[in-house]
Amino acid sequence: MKLHTKCAHELHDLLVSKEISATELVNDVAARLEDVEPKVLAFVTKTIDEAKAAAARVDDKIASGEKIGPLEGIPMAIKDNMCTEGVPTTCSSKMLHNFVPPYDATVVRKLKEAGSIMLGKVNMDEFAMGSSCENSWQEGTRNPWRLERVPGGSSGGSAASVSAGQAVFSLGSDTGGSIRQPAAFCGVVGLKPTYGSVSRYGLIAFASSLDQIGPFSRDVRDCALVMNAIAGHDPFDSTSAPIEHPDYTTFLDQSIKGWRIGVPKEYFGEGIDADVSETMQKAMKTLESLGAELIECSLPHTEYALPCYYIIAPAEASSNLARYDGVRYGFRAEEAEDLISMFSKTRSEGFGEEVKRRIMLGTYALSSGYYDAYYLKALKVRTLIKQDFDRAFEKFDVLLSPTTPSVAFSCGDRLNNPLQMYQSDICTLSVNLAGIPAISINAGFADGLPIGVQFMGKPFEEGRLLQISHAFEQATSCHSQMPPLKGGCAE
Amino acid sequence: MALTREEVEHVAKLARLELSEGEVEKYTVQLNAILEYARKLDDLDTSNVPPTAHAFPLENIMREDKVTASMEQERVVANAPDEEEGFFKVPRIV
Repeated sequence: MKLHTKCAHELHDLLVSKEISATELVNDVAARLEDVEPKVLAFVTKTIDEAKAAAARVDDKIASGEKIGPLEGIPMAIKDNMCTEGVPTTCSSKMLHNFVPPYDATVVRKLKEAGSIMLGKVNMDEFAMGSSCENSWQEGTRNPWRLERVPGGSSGGSAASVSAGQAVFSLGSDTGGSIRQPAAFCGVVGLKPTYGSVSRYGLIAFASSLDQIGPFSRDVRDCALVMNAIAGHDPFDSTSAPIEHPDYTTFLDQSIKGWRIGVPKEYFGEGIDADVSETMQKAMKTLESLGAELIECSLPHTEYALPCYYIIAPAEASSNLARYDGVRYGFRAEEAEDLISMFSKTRSEGFGEEVKRRIMLGTYALSSGYYDAYYLKALKVRTLIKQDFDRAFEKFDVLLSPTTPSVAFSCGDRLNNPLQMYQSDICTLSVNLAGIPAISINAGFADGLPIGVQFMGKPFEEGRLLQISHAFEQATSCHSQMPPLKGGCAE
Repeated sequence: MALTREEVEHVAKLARLELSEGEVEKYTVQLNAILEYARKLDDLDTSNVPPTAHAFPLENIMREDKVTASMEQERVVANAPDEEEGFFKVPRIV
C-alpha cells in the first residue's frame, strides 16, 4: 500500500482499524522522502530517527487499547522558521545556520501534543522573503510537478513536501501569500488563517502585522483537522485573538446552496494568464452547479496593494531583523576590530541579497524625512484596502479569485528582477494587509501544472472557507492527482 | 526624487550593512525602481484616512506581576557564537 499518497484522515482510519501501524506509516513516508528528495530538495533538516521512535510510542499506545487522536502518528513537515526544541531552525539563512532553539513554537508544541510526528524542517526563502523558494541559503526547492519550475515561495518546501508525498501535511507561514501561492503552484490545499487565529509564538518574525502560520494538506478535511490542532488563543502571543474556535470539521459536507460569492473584477484583468482565467471560469461554473450565486464586484484599491505591501513589510522586517547582530545566537563574522564593525560584517556576510534589499528598503522608508511619505502613507492606504473588504463582506459570503496570475514559473526566471518577482503575489497580498483568512485549492491544470483558486472570507470565518473548498473539492477530482515528478529525472 | 548612491550608502550604514561597490550600484538601481513603483500610492488622497498598523484593534494584555522561573543561563548562552562563564563575549568596547 502506498501510504504516502493518502490523506491524514484516511491514514487515521487505517491506524485505528490496525490495518497499518504508525511505524509502517512513518517508514513508508520516510522512504518516499528519501527517494524523491534528490529531485525535490524540500528538506533542510531531517529528523527521521526521532520520528521512528515517536511512531513506536504511538504503536504502544494503540496496542494498549488507548484511543488515538485524528493526527496521532501522522508524519508532518515544519517550515524552517518555526522554532523546534533541539532541532536546528535556520530560516534557510547563513545567519541562523547553527541555531538550535531551546523551545518549541506554540504550533509545534500543539502538534506534538496531538501526536503528529515531525519528519523534518523544510526549505523556504530566507527569512520568508521571496516568491520562489530560490532565496534559500541551501539549494532552492523544485516543483514536484515539473522539476525545472519553482514550487513558489516562501513556503516552497512546505508545499513541495506535501505535494511529493514526503509528508502528509505541513505548516507554512504567509506574510503576503507565502502559503497560498506555493499551494497553488504545487497543487495542494493551503490556508492562511485570520491574523490572530493561530499563535505566532516561536515563529521567526518577518513582518509581524502580516505574518500568519497555517497548514498545507492534500485535501480540505486534513486542513480542517490541522486547524483544529493549531488554532486558539495563546497567552505567549499578545496578538493572539482571545476567541473560541469551532470544530472546523463540522463545516465540511454542508451545502453552499444560496451562497453569494463575490468575484472582484480587479483580479481578472491585465496580467492574469489566459489559462488561469479559463480555469477560474470553470471553477465558477462548478460552484454555480452547487447552488451558489456568483456576482461581479469591485475592490477598487486592489492595484495599490503591491506598493503598499512593499513599503509596510520591509519596514517591519528592517526592525525585526535588527536583532541579528552576532552576539547572542547565529552567525558571527570573524576578525572584527570593534563591536560596530562586528555587527556590520556579521549582517553583511550572514544575510542574502533579498533580505539585504528589504532591510535597506525598510530602513529608508522609516528614516527621518521619508516616514510620512512612504510608511505612514502606506498605512493609510492599508486602511482603504481593508475598507474595500469590509464593504464587500456586507454583501457576500466569500470572495473568489485566482491565487496566482500564472502557473509556476521557471527556476531563475525572475531572480534578477525583484519587481517582477513581487508581482507573483499580486492576488494574495491584500488579504494579509486586511488580516482576513483565505484558502487556495487546486482548481485544474494547464500543461500539467496546477492552478489554484482562492477563496477569501470574513475575519475568523475559516470554517466557511473550508465549507466552500470542501464542496468544490467533492465536485472536482484535481486534488486526488499526485505529481509524476517529471523534469530532469522521471520517476 | 531619485535615491543617490550616497543615500544608499547612508541607509546601509543605518541598517548596519557593509556594501561592496557593486552592491551599492545594484541596490541604487533596484531600490529606485521599487520606490518609483511605490509612488503610485501618491495617486490617492489619504488626508482624511486614519492609518492601520494592525488589521484588528489590539489591547494591552496584562498579567499578574508574579515571579516565575526563567530559562537557565546555560541554555540562554548555548547558541552564542562566543561565550565565557555564562556571558556573551564581544570585541573589546573600551
